[in-house]
Parts: sequence; structure tokens; C-alpha cells
Amino acid sequence: MKRTLRSPAVWLFLALALVPLAAKLGAEGYLLSLATRALIFAIAALSLDLILGYGALASFGHAAFLGIGSYAVGILAAHGTGEIVLQLAVAMVAAILFAAATSAVSLRTSGVYYIMSTLAFGQMLYFLGVSLSAYGGDDGMSLAGRSRVLGTAFLESDGALYYVVLGVLVAFYAGARRIMGSRFGRVLSGIRENPVRMRAIGFEPFRYQLVACVIAGCMCAVAGVLLANQTGFVSPAYMTWQRSGELMVMVILGGIGTLWGAILGALAFLVLEEVLSGLTEHWKLILGPLLVMVALSGRGGIAGVVARVQRLFHGRGVR
Amino acid sequence: MSTALLLVQVLNGLQLGVLLFLIAAGLTLVFGVMDFINLAHGVQYMIGAYLAAMFVAWTGSFWLGLALTLPTALAFGLLLEVLIFRRLYGRDHLDQVLATFGLIIFLNQAVKVLWGAAPLSVPMPELLSGSVRLMDGLLYPVYRLALITVGLCSALGLSLLISKTRVGMLVRAGASNAPMVSALGVDIGRLFMIVFGFGAMLAGFAGAIVAPILSVEPGMGDNLLILTFVVIVIGGIGSIRGAFIAALLVGLIDTLGRAFGPQLLRLMMEPAAANQTGRSLAPMLIYILMAAVLFFRPSGLFPVRQ
Amino acid sequence: MRRSLITLAAVPAVAGLMLTSTGQNAHAQDKLKVGIIVTLSGPPAVLGGQVRDGFNLAVKSLGGKLGGVETEVVVVDDELKPDVAVTKVKGLVERDQVNFVVGPIFSNVLQAIHKPVTDSNAILISPNAGTSNFAGKQCHPNFFVTSYQNDQNHEVLGKYAQDKGFKKVFLMAPNYQAGKDALAGFKRHFKGEVLDEVFTPLGQLDFSAELAKIAAAKPDAFFTFMPGGMGVNLVKQYRQAGLGTIPFLSAFTTDESTLPAQKDDAVGFLAGANWAPNMDNAQTKAFVTAYEAAYGAVPGTYAMQAYDAALLIDSALKATGGKTGDRDALRAALKKANFTSLRGKFKFGTNQYPVQDFFLVKVAKRTDGKYQTEIAERVFTDYVDVHAADCAMK
Repeated sequence: MKRTLRSPAVWLFLALALVPLAAKLGAEGYLLSLATRALIFAIAALSLDLILGYGALASFGHAAFLGIGSYAVGILAAHGTGEIVLQLAVAMVAAILFAAATSAVSLRTSGVYYIMSTLAFGQMLYFLGVSLSAYGGDDGMSLAGRSRVLGTAFLESDGALYYVVLGVLVAFYAGARRIMGSRFGRVLSGIRENPVRMRAIGFEPFRYQLVACVIAGCMCAVAGVLLANQTGFVSPAYMTWQRSGELMVMVILGGIGTLWGAILGALAFLVLEEVLSGLTEHWKLILGPLLVMVALSGRGGIAGVVARVQRLFHGRGVR
Repeated sequence: MSTALLLVQVLNGLQLGVLLFLIAAGLTLVFGVMDFINLAHGVQYMIGAYLAAMFVAWTGSFWLGLALTLPTALAFGLLLEVLIFRRLYGRDHLDQVLATFGLIIFLNQAVKVLWGAAPLSVPMPELLSGSVRLMDGLLYPVYRLALITVGLCSALGLSLLISKTRVGMLVRAGASNAPMVSALGVDIGRLFMIVFGFGAMLAGFAGAIVAPILSVEPGMGDNLLILTFVVIVIGGIGSIRGAFIAALLVGLIDTLGRAFGPQLLRLMMEPAAANQTGRSLAPMLIYILMAAVLFFRPSGLFPVRQ
Repeated sequence: MRRSLITLAAVPAVAGLMLTSTGQNAHAQDKLKVGIIVTLSGPPAVLGGQVRDGFNLAVKSLGGKLGGVETEVVVVDDELKPDVAVTKVKGLVERDQVNFVVGPIFSNVLQAIHKPVTDSNAILISPNAGTSNFAGKQCHPNFFVTSYQNDQNHEVLGKYAQDKGFKKVFLMAPNYQAGKDALAGFKRHFKGEVLDEVFTPLGQLDFSAELAKIAAAKPDAFFTFMPGGMGVNLVKQYRQAGLGTIPFLSAFTTDESTLPAQKDDAVGFLAGANWAPNMDNAQTKAFVTAYEAAYGAVPGTYAMQAYDAALLIDSALKATGGKTGDRDALRAALKKANFTSLRGKFKFGTNQYPVQDFFLVKVAKRTDGKYQTEIAERVFTDYVDVHAADCAMK
């Protein structure tokens, strides 16, 4: 219990749980909308950190899974099925198939070649989405309402949606932590550090990396389902390479390989974007150099800074 | 479909390929020698185009404008190198991605602040503004022929530079094993600076000479950046020869696919379906090409590093 | 105590947003607030800029007041990302408590923000995007359009081509929804032969392959919808390829946002529009002069439609005595459209899309060296869009 309380992530989640109550004091709908959106991208960033941080697999096509999840909701809703259990099932199956098929090809490469290979597949899915006129093409589709939970209109309330998203985030975080702490996670880290050595011991990198990619894709697809519900809208704009790039930036900004860093990175990036754009039209002139400075500082992103501050206060050795 | 049209489309494909090569050359050099993912290459290309637009408008002459653009693009590239990139050599690729991403965001906005959001145009130089009749009713601008020539000469020049000169030898050595080169007494920092500056100048030069036929607008480098990465990945990172061949391949397949794709598909399926499929497949073609190349050759066609 | 540092780190951002939002609640309805949501990032920023500038110019010319009420304009960038637009528009409606939302430029953003705004207390007025679904089956009393229905400008060229006797036409548009709608709109009135219908990938810069196809096909005329930078490139390359003898018909391709870059290459090309800067009425002359003096560029239809949106709000508020509380009265006043539009005459159809004249316009170079479109002939009079019949509103 004590160890759990020491984890910064727990305090972060507690703070996030209080947000809807705090939002009641202000423009509730807007703040909840922003917070929910931030958490959804936190889930997506978390899923990317699994493969990017632990597997050193920088996927430049990860936003494709956001699209898969969203379109699962959109297409099923267009044909009359609004039940979220079904939509989630379809989204995850589609994500597993897509991740398995594309990773089977991409994992034959490494480094920048891997990055570009994942980009290629992401782009293909994006152009496919644009060409689907039946589902709005690039104009996208509006959803009449949120998904139904076991037949009920539970998700229609903004507050309920927020807590569902937060719940998914906490669950995925706990799950990811367990996976990374398990033998599977250790093998994955080992593969990142020295694939030749791992192969010599008897662990075939390809299988482990493939499974990791599939898990990550699945998680991101769930984020996509939630995104469609939060915006009430489905569009190929969720799958652009710029979007994938932003996901990567969130993970790097937050601190690679720390899992909760990815969450912080997503929150920081989106909240910064919102706050700065309210201040000035030229907010990108501020955001750009900020990212450059974080990169130059080399302190492992936001999580790295927090860890350093923590160590300062605890006075103990490395955590 | 006449042979004349086919030849014209092949020429178009070659020209697109040569254009892509000019932009890709600088990127593959920087990446190959310094192992540095420079996402900002696209904005360096854009800056070159904007500088050209500005100088040509100031001086009223295309050639003078171009002559002024080159050293300015070089200076700007060196500025970025000293301020930012120098600290990122040898660092994790992902830190380089973050930094150059931030740079893209900043420069795309800066360009809008300095020159406005509306597209700009650069007039073609008088000397090259004629046209050649390629087939009935179609004129081909002499400027584009000049572009092809410049591109081919650059390819030749670069490969000679890399393979026949001392600097080129150092660059090749640096690409294989930078610490060793440094241990042998070569100032690796200066070598990197030279390579980076040259790469930046190449990007700016490409932007400047392309400006008369393409519009100059904020964000013009972004989609081109992706295309450029596709080219250097297909060609093999660090290889000029690879970049050249890959660029021509990409240019040809993209152009011929767009030009004759629907017709070819109509042989296999009915017209409406053929059009629809052709339309959906067209933008995917180069990505399918890249995926296919990477499947058989995971390090590109002519990898420099084994 | 030290661990609460983390908690503190997570809360300030939210607190900051709360503070900025609670501040607005203090303002009562003595002020009118209008939120403008347009694209101000990337290449299409120039269009968002026109809408913002056109609207602000109108407010300024009315002394900072619409309908006699002090007006505050909040401008927001949707970054051409529909999900960002949804959050931002909720911010406008709930945090900033705007009475009107004016925007967006792009159809996919409209699809995303339509429901959040129309479900709220604000009224949505689009100065550009006019998709078919909201003109027909999904028309809504809280949604007004001051521009056109997206198909209409293309229909102008279709009718012109048909009337002019062009037998064979070559069509080209980018491969996205608006492109498909454009070619469908053209074909509605054109009954001749379509030699080829080419959809180019979005963002394509080099059209040599397509231009060779056009030359080989030898059409009587060429119709295209190629907005923004794509249009700049197409027009330049079209001339350079020597195809200038084939009439170039287009919509949103040679307009005031792209003409400064296209320059002489576009002169003589024909387009379809509901207005041109040389329209022969006093208010247009005054508007163009004021706009150029303030912003240094010739205004296009985007700015004109935004200006009209401001005049529309002004007229409605004059009718309700400056009050926005009675929604039905406000909507009725808006629907009356009792103002002098820059287009001369303006009225709404039953679906709250404009019923207006459409013209064939020609690109010309002014004596002062700037470029603009000029009215050549009237093609449609009081044209009701084809989807209006599907709208249930009366």
C-alpha cells in the first residue's frame, strides 16, 4: 500500500478524479470536454509508450488505431448498432487483425525503416477512410448520440463519460504496468537493448514484438471508440500522419518508457495547446521552442523532471 | 493511348523524380553521415522557397534572387546547427524527432507571420520561360527541362563529390564509423557542420528553383517531407545513388499510376469500379511500393550500413 | 507533503482554465458576444483570415455595435481538425457564452460542430461551408448560411457550358468529398459528353500528368475545383503547358485568395460565384475600398459572406430591440434577413440557406496592378438550392 501511495501516478489519478467536481465551478461542458479529450489521448499515448518506450518500436502510424476504433463506432451506428459492447468487440478484433498483418511486415525492418513502414500502413488506412464515401469520406460522419451501454443511455452524461474514460485509463495503466513487470515485459526490454543476445538465449524477438504491437493497437482502438463518443463525430482526420506524429511527441515529451510519463505528456500537450491558443493567435511560436527545449534538456521529458524533483526531496538513491 | 502520350508521361515521371531527388539528397546525406533524423528538412525547403520569393521580388531578377538565396539558406542552416542540432548528435533518435517537430511548428508559424498566409508566386526567369511542343496541343516549359538537367547534374556532381574528393571520402568514412574518423585526427564536429550546412543549402536550393512552378505557402514542406522520407528509405539511407534511383522510381510510379491506372483497371473491371478503385489506390501507390521494397530489402535498395 | 507536489502539478492547468471560464460568467447579457471559428493554421489560413477580417470590418463600420448592442468578437482557430473544433466550440458556447457562432470554412468541421452549437443556446451562422445534408433532411432552425449551398457555384459552370454549346468537357477535382460534390454539381446542368473525370490526390502539387491527359483528350472546355495552393499550381502549370486556348472553367480556384499568386496566368479564366468585387452597387464599392485600406488585399466571397453575416445579426437584433432572450423572435428576425446585403438582394429559403443570384465571373487585372474577379453575366436568378425540397422547415 505504501509503495502504491509513493507512485506519482496514483496521485495523478486522484487529481484527475476530482476534475469533474472542479469543472462544476466553471464552464462545465467545455472543461469536461477538454479533460475527456485529454484523457482519451492519454490512453492512446500510453498504448504507444508500450511499444515505443519498452520495445523501442517508434510507430509512426499509431493514429490508424484511433481511426479503427472510431470507425467501428461510426459504421456500426450507421447500420443501427449503437451497443458499445459490440462496437468495442469489433474495434478490438479489427485492431488485432490490422496490427498483426502490418507488424508482420514492419517488424522485418528496424530503426527509421520501421518508422517509415508503419507510416506507410497508417497512410494507406487514412486514404482508405477518405475514399469511403458511404461513410462521409473526409467530411466524416456525425453520430446521433453516444453509444449505448447494455441498452442504457448511460454515456450520454458528460460526467459519466469522463469517469468511464478515466476508469479505462487507470485499468490500462495498471495492466500495462503488470505486463511490463512480467517476464514478457522483461524480454521486450531485453530485445530493445540487445536483440542478438536475446536470440542467443532463445527468445525470438519477432514474436514478442508482434504481441506487444497487437496489445498496443488494441488499447489505442479502445481510445478511438471513446474518442468517437466524446466528439460525436468520426472522420479520417483522426488517422493522419500528423496525428501519429503528435502521439509520438506526447510520449517523448512526457518521458519515454515510464508509462505515466506518456499520460502526463498527453495532458501537458493538449492542455498547453488549449491554454496557449486562447492567449494568442501565434501560440505555435511558443509551443515549438518549448518542445525544442524539452528535447535539448535531455532530462527524460516531464517524467524525468518529476523524478529528479522527487529524488531531491527524498534524498535517497535512484528510484 | 498514343506512344506520344506515354512518352510525355514518362518524361513527367522523370521530372517529378528528379525534383524529389534534389530534396532527398540533402536529407539522406545528413541522415547517413550524422545518424540524425532531420524532420526540419521540409521547412528548410520551404524557407528556401520563401527566401527566393523575397529576393526575386526585391531584386527583380530571378538569377540574382537565386544567388542571394543560396548563402542565406546555408547561413540559416548553420544557425540551426549551432543553436539546436549540434547538441542532438549521438542522442536518441526520438529526442531529435521531438526537437525537429518543434522546429517545424515554429517555422511554419513564423513564415506566416513574416510573409502572410496567402500563397506567393515567383515569376519564371525570362531566359527559361519558353516552351517546347511535345505533342499536339501540349507545350512543355523549358524551365522544367532545365530542372531535369539541374537535377541530373546535381546527382552526378554529388556522387563525384562523395566518391572522388577528400571531403567525400571523409563523409563516407564518417557515415561508417564517426568515432574512428575522429580518432584518426579529423575534426568530426567541423565535418558534421559542413555536411549539415550543405544539406540545408541543397534543401533551400530545391525550394528556390521549384518556386516558379509550384506555389509558395506555409506548410508546403510538410507533405513533401513524408515523400522525401519514403524516397530515402526506399533508396537506402545515406546512399546518394539509392536516393536517385528511388526518387526516379517513386516519380515514375506515382505519375504513371495516376495517368494510366484507371485505364489499366478498366481492362479488369467495369468502368465505374475501375475509376473508384483507381482513385482510392492512386495516393497509396508509393506507400505500397515502399512496403514492398522494405519487405524484400529491409534496409532499402542500396544500404550504406550493413 | 512532497508527494502532493505531483497533485499540485496536475491541478494548476485545470484551475487556470477554470479561472478564465468563471470570469466570463460575471458578464451579463448587456454585451453581445460573437464567436468566430475558422481555420487559421496551415495553407487554408488565408480563408479563415478573410472571414475574420470581413466580420471585424463590418462590426467596426457599425461602430463596434451590432443592432445597437456593444459587441465583442472572439476568434478561435479550428486547425482543420474536427475534434479540436468540437472542444473549441464548446468553449465558445459555454465558457465565453457567445450568442452567435460564425463559422466554419470547411465542411468536415461543420459536420462536427453543428450539433454542439445547435443544441446549445447559440445560433450557428456559416459564412462558407454549406453542405447538402443541412440544406435538406437535416436542416435545423438554429443554423443559418450566408454563403451558398456547396453545389451551387459548380452548377453555374455546368449551366454555362451547356448554354454555350460545349459538347465535350474534361473534369478534374481533388479526391475528397467537396471535390466529388463539385463534379456532381457541374454535371447537374451539363448534358454534353464528359470525356474524363479525374480525381487527383489531395494536396497534389504537380499536375503535369493530368495536363498531358487534357491535351490528349482535346476537350471543348475544362472544368475544375481546385482550392488553395493546389489551384495556384494548377493555373500556373495549365498556362505553362500551353492549354490556355481551352476555356478554363472553375469554382473556388481562381478567387481573390489565390489570384495574388496566380497573377497574369489566371486572367481571362472563368468562374462561378455569387458576388464579385466589381459588383455594381454602392455598398460593394464601399466594402472593397474599406477592406483594401484595412487589410491590403482584395476581398473575396469569404470576406463578403462574413460581412453579410455581421449585417444579418445587426438587422435581427435591431428587430428584437437588442435582446437575444426570446429565441423564437430572434430566429424569426434572422430568417427575415432584413438587411442590405453586399450582393444587393438577399433572402433565405425555407431551409435557411440563401436564395440569390449566381454569376459567371472572369478574372481581370485592375489598373492598379491587383487582380480580381469581375461579373461577366448572370446565370441563375433567385436560385433555390436543389436540396431545399428535402427540408421539413417552412
